[in-house]
Amino acid sequence: MKVESRTPDPTWRDTLAEITSSGSALGIGALILALLAGSLMIAFTNAGVRTAASYFFARPGDTFAALGRAMVGAYSQLLRGSIFNWQATTFTGQITPLMNTLANAAPLIVAGLGVALAFKAGLFNIGGRGQMIMGAIASGWLAIALTNRAPLWVSLPLCVIAGAAAGALWGALAGWLKAAMGAHEVISTIMLNFVAFYLLQFLLGTRGLLQRPGTSNPITLPTAGSAFPHLFGSTFPVRWSLILAFAMVAYCWWLLNRSVLGFHFRAVGENARAARVAGINVARNTIGVMALSGALCGLAGVFQVLGVILTGFTDGIDAGIGFDAITVALLGAASPIGVLLAGLLFGAFKAGGGNMQAGEGIPIEIVTVIQSLIVLFIAAPPLVRKVFHFPDPRKVANARLERQAAGLSASQGGTGLDLMPGVPQPPEVFLAPVSPLQEGASHIIDQIGDN
Amino acid sequence: MSIYLASITDPPELDLSAAEEPIELRVIARRDYKAPLVMAALTALLMILLLANPRGGETRFGVTTGNDLLRNVPVLTPNAMTLGWIAIAIMVFLTALAFWFSYTYKRQWLWIIGLFALAAMSTFLAWAGAGAAGTINLVPLIGNALLLAIPLVFGALGGVIGERAGVVNIAIEAELLMAAFTATVVGSVTRSPVLGLLAAAIAGLMVAAILAVFAINYRVEQVIVGVVLNVLITGVTTFLFNGWLQPNAMTLNNTLAVRFSQVPIPFLSQIPLIGPALFNQNILVYLMIFAVAAVWFALNRTRWGLRLRAVGEHPKAADTVGIRVNRTRWIALLIAGAIVGIGGASYTLVANGAFNREMTNGFGYIALAAVIFGNWDPIRAAFAALLFGFAISLQTVLSIIGSPVPSSFMLMLPYMVTLLAVAGLVGKSRAPAASGTAYVVEDH
Repeated sequence: MKVESRTPDPTWRDTLAEITSSGSALGIGALILALLAGSLMIAFTNAGVRTAASYFFARPGDTFAALGRAMVGAYSQLLRGSIFNWQATTFTGQITPLMNTLANAAPLIVAGLGVALAFKAGLFNIGGRGQMIMGAIASGWLAIALTNRAPLWVSLPLCVIAGAAAGALWGALAGWLKAAMGAHEVISTIMLNFVAFYLLQFLLGTRGLLQRPGTSNPITLPTAGSAFPHLFGSTFPVRWSLILAFAMVAYCWWLLNRSVLGFHFRAVGENARAARVAGINVARNTIGVMALSGALCGLAGVFQVLGVILTGFTDGIDAGIGFDAITVALLGAASPIGVLLAGLLFGAFKAGGGNMQAGEGIPIEIVTVIQSLIVLFIAAPPLVRKVFHFPDPRKVANARLERQAAGLSASQGGTGLDLMPGVPQPPEVFLAPVSPLQEGASHIIDQIGDN
Repeated sequence: MSIYLASITDPPELDLSAAEEPIELRVIARRDYKAPLVMAALTALLMILLLANPRGGETRFGVTTGNDLLRNVPVLTPNAMTLGWIAIAIMVFLTALAFWFSYTYKRQWLWIIGLFALAAMSTFLAWAGAGAAGTINLVPLIGNALLLAIPLVFGALGGVIGERAGVVNIAIEAELLMAAFTATVVGSVTRSPVLGLLAAAIAGLMVAAILAVFAINYRVEQVIVGVVLNVLITGVTTFLFNGWLQPNAMTLNNTLAVRFSQVPIPFLSQIPLIGPALFNQNILVYLMIFAVAAVWFALNRTRWGLRLRAVGEHPKAADTVGIRVNRTRWIALLIAGAIVGIGGASYTLVANGAFNREMTNGFGYIALAAVIFGNWDPIRAAFAALLFGFAISLQTVLSIIGSPVPSSFMLMLPYMVTLLAVAGLVGKSRAPAASGTAYVVEDH
């Protein structure tokens, strides 16, 4: 049993291969690729670069200098806006960007959890926007109604519950349409997004409903009366909603990994047919998981109304978070911890992107572009590996086995373990870490069944 | 368990055994009352609307714009409630027919649903236009429906081709948006609508190529690539719109004078009602009618179409007889992308004179719904898309004459109709068997 110690030490080359074939290297590779693509877009819209490029062949150096200025300007603004502002004179000013990041992350995390939860049950909820809007309507309305009428410890929980319930209703509607009527959730949720949006527009445009009395502007009264209290003092925008978001991460982790309900969700997601045979009510779980998913997205709407925009909200209250949630969930591989990290990252992008827009005039949509590119690259590991010349994990695993086999045969004089290179190899998983939809599997079973 | 049991306890067995031979062939059929029930519910809703909120007076319907055979026919002014109740009687009859079809295990036919939708819209039109001073002119109503349906029809055609080849194309929205954007830039710079259209087709093709790389080569879940592509292209176009088009709006985003103009076809455009709507249109509408026929022919009557459908139904079998599955899918997706791109051009080369952020407004998803509603058949999908176009046209007409329904609810209409269509009215539909699954080529 001294086999281990006799295995030859891996060379630095082997170690490097191990690192670069791992998942985190892929993530970083995808991030670099996406940032490069983003840089191209920044360069394209930068006036200085365009001017210099018009006389590129006369003085090519100017173009590269302009390019460099644009990049340094853009990415330093991104960093200064999201993590640490080294130009600020006070400590408060220096960490304000980090606080902005945390504040942005809270709604992204809960909405991302919602989408991720549906993924686990094999459902693609792109109705985050509609569910957020419904949550915002319910909690906003209650918050306005309770202003100066109830203490915070009464009104805040009520508003949170109302918002989550409204989102749950909107999500459950899509779940019911899927379970009972067979409507594909991708289409029904996106249609419900528009229905919710125009409903909010109607409420904001009609006197006596959500519209601020005395104006004809589509904006509500302030909701500050029931807002989440500040977490680190009133200088920073971080509120207790962040703690609630963390609690939801823990709850979802428990739900998916330790509860019967979560097990049922996952069983339905892995293989609905097998789940049904095992006695799991697929229809009820479909509706249930969509309700929970909708509740979490509704909560994101609550976070917006009671944590971010307190001076009265308009029909842009969702701020694109409903769609960002999809990329957050995909990047987080639909796991609660992954969603937490992805939410923090995208919160940083959002904070930095706002700073880039203010400082360099770069449209904030660059953030959406970079986010979706990251997800695309993450979903296709072979592409990232090809670009960076990362080794294939199968080959790395083989090499490791061969090393071990060599060590063994050296110590024991070649005892039939030469077969080691042929041991089962980890399959090339293209969807990893993103493989939430397992419909492919049931498709194959369908085909077998039909034959 | 309950669902599974429900599906086998209800149906009786049709005995198809021949007279002499005691061979028993059993066919399990199921009565599906979903569509008739939804129709009944809609009829009841409209009845309640008419009973609870009756509106007196007449609804003014125009039937001509003055340059067809009906040019001398005056404005029709039927009593609104009478017309409404006649339409409701038709709806009741169609609902009963649908129940009977379900009872006798017949498939729900699209024409019943189409007629029902028309009757329902007539009821609503009669009610909403009652007593209004404005005239609801049916000619522009139909003509606009056709115009608004351009991106939907082209989008649905692209969706049908993709799905028949085994690739779910959720990225129709992205293709439409990218095409609209490219059409406006190329059209504005070159001042040529034809070049703009070509560029739009190429833009649609490029987006399709990205989809193909990820869905076919890297085998990423197709629905996910599609949605992420939609988000990506929304981001890219909005970014370029804010950072590039807006500052140079006059030179880069100005197709007002470049747009396709109307080309009336002699004689045909004189046909009452549909003549001006169908045959006094721009090139894109004619192209659309041609494309529907061409796609149907290509899919059902050519070798290419047969191979494409084989790849979508049973890729392994297709592979076995020597059809290169992934190559066929690639080509299908590229062609589909170019077709969708032509539809996307209509946003900036027909409807508007400029690009605006997120101007496709979820129409790519409505086109996808038309694919399902049309049962993956190009002609039916095109009709389904026209139905959605009609709902959108209705909304514009009613907002012009001033309807009692708040405008926000009218704007909701196309999405509600789509929701209703995919949820309630789709009968037994069957997607191509291999749609949505990547094909793994085995090493030989």
